[in-house]
Amino acid sequence: MNAGRPAASDAAIEFETLADDAWLLRLGRSIDDGLNARVHALAARLRLQAPSWLRDVVPAYASLAVFFDPFAIDAAAARAWLRAQCEHAHAAAPSPAARSIEIPVAYGGEFGPDLHDSAAELGVSPQVLIARHSERDYTVAMIGFAPGFPYLSGLDPELALPRLATPRTAVAAGSVAIGGAQTGIYPRPGPGGWRLLGRTPLRLFDTARDAPSLLQPGDRVRFRPIDAQEFARLQAAP
Amino acid sequence: MSAADSLETRCDIEVVAPGPLSHVQDLGRDGWRHLGICRGGALDPACAALANALVGNRDGDAVLEFTLQGPSLRLPRPLRIALMGALCEARFEGQWLPPARPIDLPAGVLSLGGMRSGVRGWLAVRGGLDTPCVLGSRSTDLRGGFGGIDGRALRGGDLLPVGAHRAIDTSQPRIPGWWIDPEFNHDPHAPIRYLASEAPALREIAARLSQQAWRVNAASNRQGLRLDGEALQAPEAGALSEPVAPGTIQLPADGRPIVLLADAQTVGGYARLGHVIAADLPRLAQARPNAELQFVRCDAAQAAAAARKARAEWARLKLAIEARLKRQ
Repeated sequence: MNAGRPAASDAAIEFETLADDAWLLRLGRSIDDGLNARVHALAARLRLQAPSWLRDVVPAYASLAVFFDPFAIDAAAARAWLRAQCEHAHAAAPSPAARSIEIPVAYGGEFGPDLHDSAAELGVSPQVLIARHSERDYTVAMIGFAPGFPYLSGLDPELALPRLATPRTAVAAGSVAIGGAQTGIYPRPGPGGWRLLGRTPLRLFDTARDAPSLLQPGDRVRFRPIDAQEFARLQAAP
Repeated sequence: MSAADSLETRCDIEVVAPGPLSHVQDLGRDGWRHLGICRGGALDPACAALANALVGNRDGDAVLEFTLQGPSLRLPRPLRIALMGALCEARFEGQWLPPARPIDLPAGVLSLGGMRSGVRGWLAVRGGLDTPCVLGSRSTDLRGGFGGIDGRALRGGDLLPVGAHRAIDTSQPRIPGWWIDPEFNHDPHAPIRYLASEAPALREIAARLSQQAWRVNAASNRQGLRLDGEALQAPEAGALSEPVAPGTIQLPADGRPIVLLADAQTVGGYARLGHVIAADLPRLAQARPNAELQFVRCDAAQAAAAARKARAEWARLKLAIEARLKRQ
């Protein structure tokens, strides 16, 4: 490691003003697991160093936002500090221990009303779609759209499905869905346009827990197919 | 001071009629955006904080934010209240109440009617609204469904707990002869200042935002203000989702901009034309459906100067209120 000079990749980080109280740091412009891992490593580093004026670090696919208290530090000083952190990000890159979380999913039927149509569109049987959706590890690329909603990268590209032409007005909480080249889980009932393949009995978001979101950005996720009985049992569990 | 003045007390205000959209807000929650949780908070933090100052609360105590028309509330015992923001037809048992000063009310029904101008008002009650603190804030997250009263707008019959406060004793409204300007930071004629995107692909589109007047679409809410006008040419879709913030000016494919407000989602995929500066963002809380808005570009130095000026005005009014309260 060349500790003395910044890595070339860090020099490429673009800074953009996001608001009076926020900088956007862009590491790239694509959905790419390596890029996303660097975003999470940088986010972890900023959180570890967190000065008192740092309000929020928000990782996305290839960028992250840093919110600061504009009356505790001015934008230029915040930018200079962030720039220094970026330049040293590789020298002391923390390797956040990625958690692995298993998500039980009841596929099809009332749990996944789009399973059959989606399988037909992909030219496979529902069983094959379930197997291919649940045999991979996914990464929580970011959380957004709604509290606790994970955007999971790592979907088999052959399972990519366009969003519904007309979004549903009501999607059940826990619905596991495909939207474009991504898969995700709806934490709360509400509208949504992704294809619903199944549902998990786990609570994705609960403000009564110490960690309100079951998933954190950077976590690894794997789906485990379950049947209706196990769904009922897990849902009833405390 | 009578004997009653020294007693610490609590009570519940009963919601008689909720108004179209009334909810509990404080200055918002920080530190949770990475989990998709918006900052939230009163759309005009200075107004909410000054309403609190008028009744002797702290800046961040919870207040009621109401929209287009206020709620009717039954006070179970005498309470000190203050109103800030848009001017509404406030009455207590038929008697008209003025805004922007501390008013001692006896038990009875406080009715906050329609707005004479603007959209949003804030009601502070001495002791603060003592709904549960969720993730560090009492703000209602309407989309997340938590905070405030069960994460939703008020309904008739709801009980709003009032935090510990010194009991007062009065049989009729006591209205002081002094007040502050309830809309101190609102010049309705001044254009809204924004910092335009410097991305080469967006620079020209961003500059066009200031070349026409925009009308506020009725579908606007605390998440975003939707603007109608001659559509701008949106860049090709498929942009990667990136973080957004209150003030971000988004341009969806239909070419009609959306300015994100306090309940902004945390990430978005639309093109970002720039952002409305912090000093002018509270004014958008008062933009009525169909109101005409003019935008004007400014630079980072002007944005910082405007933010300092707004903060100084807030601080000056707070000191003036504290001095007045000491003399009372």
